[in-house]
Amino acid sequence: MHSNFIDQVKKSNLGQAWLVLLLTIFFGGSLAGVQIKLGPVIEQNKINETLEKVPELIMGKALAEKMAAQQQLTDIRPMRVAVDYEGRQIVYSAYETRYQGKMLGWVVKTAGRGYADTIELLLGLDPTISRITGLYILDQKETPGLGNKILEEKWRNQFIGKSVNNPVLVVKTGAKGEGEINAISGATISSSSVTQIINTATSQLRPVLAADTGPAQIKNDREKTSGPEINSDKE
Amino acid sequence: MAEQPTTTERFIQGILPENPVYRQLLGLCPTLAVTANLQSALTMAGAVCFVMFCANVVISLIRNLLKPHLRIVVFTLTIATFVTIADRFLAAYLYGMSKMLGPYIPLIIVNCIIICRCEVCASKQSPITAAGDALGQSIGFGIALFSIAFVRELLGTGTLFGFQVMPETWPGWGIMVLPPGAFLTFGILLAGVNRITMYQDARKKHRGL
Repeated sequence: MHSNFIDQVKKSNLGQAWLVLLLTIFFGGSLAGVQIKLGPVIEQNKINETLEKVPELIMGKALAEKMAAQQQLTDIRPMRVAVDYEGRQIVYSAYETRYQGKMLGWVVKTAGRGYADTIELLLGLDPTISRITGLYILDQKETPGLGNKILEEKWRNQFIGKSVNNPVLVVKTGAKGEGEINAISGATISSSSVTQIINTATSQLRPVLAADTGPAQIKNDREKTSGPEINSDKE
Repeated sequence: MAEQPTTTERFIQGILPENPVYRQLLGLCPTLAVTANLQSALTMAGAVCFVMFCANVVISLIRNLLKPHLRIVVFTLTIATFVTIADRFLAAYLYGMSKMLGPYIPLIIVNCIIICRCEVCASKQSPITAAGDALGQSIGFGIALFSIAFVRELLGTGTLFGFQVMPETWPGWGIMVLPPGAFLTFGILLAGVNRITMYQDARKKHRGL
C-alpha cells in the first residue's frame, strides 16, 4: 500500500514537474533581485539619453547641433503630466523646453505595444500640441531587418511636420495626404504600432499640455521621471 | 555507454576541433548579425560566455534530478534567466552597446550552441567538466566572431576597434558592413578552415600508412 502511494506521487504531475516549479520560483526571485539593483541605473541611462535628444526633437538636428556648438543651451524642465482618460489616470513624463524663456515645445515619453515587445519612444511636439517636431525610438525589440527599421532616421523623419489634430494614418506605399505615413515594407505591424502610440499620446495630452492649465494637473518633478504609468484597477 | 571525454579534452575540443561556428555551424544568426565591428562582436562573445558558463554549471549540478521529457524546459528556463541577467547588466553599465546589439542579446536564449552544450555535456558530466566545456566552446565562439569581425571592420571601414589602421585613402568597402559582407566573409573563412582540416586529415592518413 505504502509503496503504491509513493508510486502515485511520482507519477502525478507535481511529482514530475517539481524541479521546474522550484527553479521557476528561484530564478524568478533572482531576476527580481537583479531588477531591483539595476532597474534604477537603466532608468537613469534612459533619462540621460532623453535629455540629450530633447533639443533635436524640438528644433531639428541641424539647428540643435548649431546651437550646441555655439553654447546656446536650452532650458529643459522634466515634469510629470497626469491625464484623466476614460476613468483611468495616466502619468506621462514630459520635458518642457524653453530657450531664454521662450517656449519651444514639448518632448513626451510614451510607450505601447509593438510587434515583439513594448516600444518606448520620445515624441517632440510644438507648444500648442498641433504638430510633430521629432520622433526618437528609445527602446524596441522588433524583428531585426524588418521591424527594427523604425529606428532609421529616414523613416522617422516622415513624422516631422505632421499635424496631430487628426490621427496619423499608415498606408502601404505612396503616402501623399497630410496625415499619412508610409509603412516599412514587411513590417506593417511595427509601423502602425508606432503610429498608434503617437496617436494615443497626442489625443490624451493635447487637452492638458496645449491649454497649459497650470499646476493643478502638471506636477513639476525633477527627481522621478519615468512613465507612462497607468494607475488603474481595470488594467 | 561510451567513455565520456575528460575536462581537458572538452576544453580543447571546443576551441578548434569542434569549434561551434566553423565546425558545428551553430549559432550563425549572431555570428552574421553582430560582426560588423569588433566591439560588438566581443561584447556578444562575452555575453554568450557568461550565459553558457552559468547554464552549463547549473544544469550539471542538477543533472541527476532531470526528468528526460522535461529536460529541455529546464535548459531553456536556466538559459533564459542568465540571458536576462546579462541583458539587464549591459543596459545598466554598457548602455550604448546594449542599444547597438538590440534584440540580439535577448536572442541568446535561442542560441543553439548553449542548449547543445547543456544536452551533450552538462546534463551528463560533472560541473568541472561542464565548466571546462563551456569555456572551451566560448573561446571557440569568440575566436570565430573575432575573425569575421576583424575582416569586416578592417575592409568595411578601415578601422579596428574604432581606430583608423588603414591609410586614410582606403575607400571602405560598404558591402562588408552590410549583411552580404557577413555571408561573404564567413563563406571564405569557412572554406579556409575546411581546407586546413582536409590538409591535416590527409597528412594524418599518410602517416598512418
